[in-house]
This record gives sequence, structure tokens and C-alpha cells, in this order.
Amino acid sequence: MEPLTSKKKVLEQKPLTFAERMYLPAIMKGMSITISHFFKKEATIRYPEVEREFSTNFRGMHSLKRDEDGRERCTACGLCALSCPAEAITMIAAERKPEEKELYREEKYAAVYEINMLRCIFCGLCEEACPKEAIYLDGPIVPADYLRKDFIYGKDKLVEAPLEKK
Amino acid sequence: MDISFVIEKFILVAIIFGISLLIAMYSTYAERKVAAFLQDRLGPDRAGPFGILQPLADGVKMFMKEEIIPANSSKWLFMVGPGLAMLTACIGTAVIPWGSPITIGGRVIPLQVTDINVGILYIFGVVSLGVYGVMIGGWASNNKYSLLSAIRAASQNISYEIAMGLSIIALLLVTGTMSLKEITEQQHGWHWNVLYQPVGFILFMICAFAETNRAPFDLPECETELIGGYHTEYSSMKLGFYLFAEYINMFVSSAVMATLYFGGYNYPGMDSMAVWLGPTWAPLFGTFIFFMKIFAFIFFFMWVRWTIPRFRYDQLMHLGWKMLIPLAIANIIVTGLVIAYIEKF
Repeated sequence: MEPLTSKKKVLEQKPLTFAERMYLPAIMKGMSITISHFFKKEATIRYPEVEREFSTNFRGMHSLKRDEDGRERCTACGLCALSCPAEAITMIAAERKPEEKELYREEKYAAVYEINMLRCIFCGLCEEACPKEAIYLDGPIVPADYLRKDFIYGKDKLVEAPLEKK
Repeated sequence: MDISFVIEKFILVAIIFGISLLIAMYSTYAERKVAAFLQDRLGPDRAGPFGILQPLADGVKMFMKEEIIPANSSKWLFMVGPGLAMLTACIGTAVIPWGSPITIGGRVIPLQVTDINVGILYIFGVVSLGVYGVMIGGWASNNKYSLLSAIRAASQNISYEIAMGLSIIALLLVTGTMSLKEITEQQHGWHWNVLYQPVGFILFMICAFAETNRAPFDLPECETELIGGYHTEYSSMKLGFYLFAEYINMFVSSAVMATLYFGGYNYPGMDSMAVWLGPTWAPLFGTFIFFMKIFAFIFFFMWVRWTIPRFRYDQLMHLGWKMLIPLAIANIIVTGLVIAYIEKF
């Protein structure tokens, strides 16, 4: 048969020389390599205690932001849920009552805001879609858990801590 | 036979048994730590400080696991296998001299369970019995992979026992005795046998690796080809026994190598130390030195395991039959000629 390419390369297999058949020189060499690694610094980061430094544009857990007066910025427009390619975000909107002016910035707010962290792919499109600068993926790594239901993060885990009252 | 002799031996046996189990237990931990350090990792460090309780956690896990006996196995042999492996691993320590006789309260106690005059033959016999545990386990499992592994283990042990025996013959030519006690006494101070028998030592060590089924000769338990090997069907503490027996074997063969070739409890400057420490503490220090040598060998076993890839089966047989055995015979001839020359002139 005609060769299909011109890149044919005949592998030449030489029989082992006597020194190679003795194995011992090669073994010595290998052992010296491994023992040199014995004294090297280990690459492991002890994760829960020590965390790797992230780059500035790292996308981690979401946080729902508050404005300078400590009011929630989210107005439940639903653009984040719409933009989400993994369909991880659900929300239920509600109307702000007059006495809740301190809590919510806009007249409409998200009564329920849930992100399923098992669905989320951390693409950051919600962050880009948000017109109110209310959601950012600036948190840490989402921690592991045992149950699927525990990965659906509600407002209790997502909303930023309220501002300190002065 | 007076009763104090029995008590003394009983205590010694109990101590040695406990120590060999403890060392086997912590060898599993050490193996993982050494592997980790050789690969720039940390190893187990969650259970206790530096993971020091890891062997206990593993032991508890082993005991709590479900016990499965395959339906078509021969049940009795299936249960005998691990026990036999453990037994043969443990009884090898009986003839090893752990230290020179110790004097406690005017009583001289030899730190050796029994000094039989064919000590080496005994060790040799026990080591070759060790393969029966593997063979019975592999056979009784009624699993073709286990059986293959058992066959491999048997043929590997037979092949390397010959080279091992031949390398010991050269040593016996030098020492002129088979008693491990006398062999150790001859290596007083710096006169270690490894200086007289370097080739014999290397041959013996390679064979010891093969006999204990350690890498690079761990063909009976190669995971990728045999799904675990002879203990594929084993679970719970039966599996634990097999793994444990391997580590005890490693400990025993390290002890034998240290005794035969590296002077046992002898160390340079031991005479002045004996005067300085007195008859109670000097033998204990010798024992300490002996254990340091054993640990060095155990570390070496692990170091080799995490460096060298497994031999192919034909390479294994080639190495055993066509290289080690001729080399061992040549070693005997050269040793014999040299001894004859020295005696003549």
C-alpha cells in the first residue's frame, strides 16, 4: 500500500546495552531525583485553613449589594435571571411598603431571590446584565455541602451584611 | 525449666509482637507520608496533629466495613488465607536478636526469643511459607484475577528464593554459622558483613523486595492488570490482614537485612558506650541503633516503591533466573576462592 503521508518515521529499537540491562544506574538516577523532591517545598495548600490568592477578576459566590444608605439595590427586574445561561436564578418580586423605605432602594424589590449554586456556571452574565449594579460575583468559593437543597442560596446567604449604624 | 524463664520469654514475645504490630501500623502512615513528600505533597494530616491518628482511623474503618464472602468461594480456605499470611509474617521475628543480653537487677536476659542454630534456615522457611497465605487467598476467592495473581506470586517467590538462598550461602561461607546471634556477634563494631559481601547484600535486598511483593516486584497486586490482585474479593479486616501482613513482612525483612549485613545492634564505638552506659542501658541503646537501621531499610523500601515502575512479567523472570542466579553463583565461587586463599596462606 502507498503510504498516506510522507511523514513516515521508522522507529529504531536498539537492544539494551549491558549497563542498561543492569538496571542499577538508571535506578540510582531515579532515586536521586525522587529524594531531591523529598526536601522540596510541597505544592499543597491546606484549603479550609489557607486559601489561595485569587486574581482580581475571579468570579466566586454572588453577593447582592446595598447602596450607600444600606438599602438593597435589587429591584427584581429579572434581567439577571433572563441572562443566566444555566437558568440558576429565580426571584419573586414584591412592592415596597412606605415604611420599608429604609430597606429597599426602589419601589419594587425581590421578596425571594434564589440562586442554585449547582446550576450556576459562574460566567458572570448576571453581573453584566444588572442595570442597578446589585449583583456581583465577588465572594469566595462556594463551600461544599451534603444535600442538593442546601445549594439553593436564598437572600439570607446572598445579601450583603447591613451597614453599621452610626 | 524454672517459671521465671517462661515469664521472661512470654514478656519478650509480647513486647516483640506489640512492637511489630505497632511498626506495621505506622508503616502504613509512613508510606503515605513518604509518598507524599517524594511527590511534593503533604500526605494525611487531618486525623490528629500531623495525621498521627490516621492508622487508628484506618483500622476502625477496616473493622466497621461489611464482611463479604463470595458465594462460590471455598469458605474455609477463604477465611484461613489472611490468618496464614498474618501468622507467617509474625513468627519470623522469633529468631532475630534484638540486642545484646541485658542485665536487670542482676539477671541476664537475652533479647532474643530463641537462638536456634539454624536461624537463617528458619527465617528462610517462614518467608517462603508467606506465599501460602497469598496462594490460598487467591485460590479460595474463585476469581480468575485473584487466581492469576496467586500464580504470579507463587512463581515469583520460587524464582527469587533460589537467588536469595544462593546469596545467603556466600554469606555463610564468610560467617561459618547459621545462628543469627553468632552472626551478629561476629559483626562487632565496624565489621559489618556488607563490607565483606557487598554483591551478596545487593542480591539479597533485591530478592527481599521480590519476596515481600513490594514495588518494583509487586506483580501479585498490580491494580491496573489484576483489579487489586489476590485480595480482590476480600473486604473488611480480612483485607486489612493482608495489607498488614505485607507491612510486617517488610519490617521482618528489614530486620533480617540489618542483622545479616548491617551488624544488627552493633555500632562503631560500642565498647566505650558499654562502659559509659552500664550493663542495663548499653544493650538498650544497641537495640535503639538496630531499630534505626530497620527504619532506614523501611524508608528505603518506600523510597524505591515511589521511584521505580513495576517490572513486566517477562522482565521479572529474566532478572530472576538469568541475572540474579548466575550472579549469586559467581559470588559464591569468588567468596569461596578468596576464603580458601586466605586460609591457605
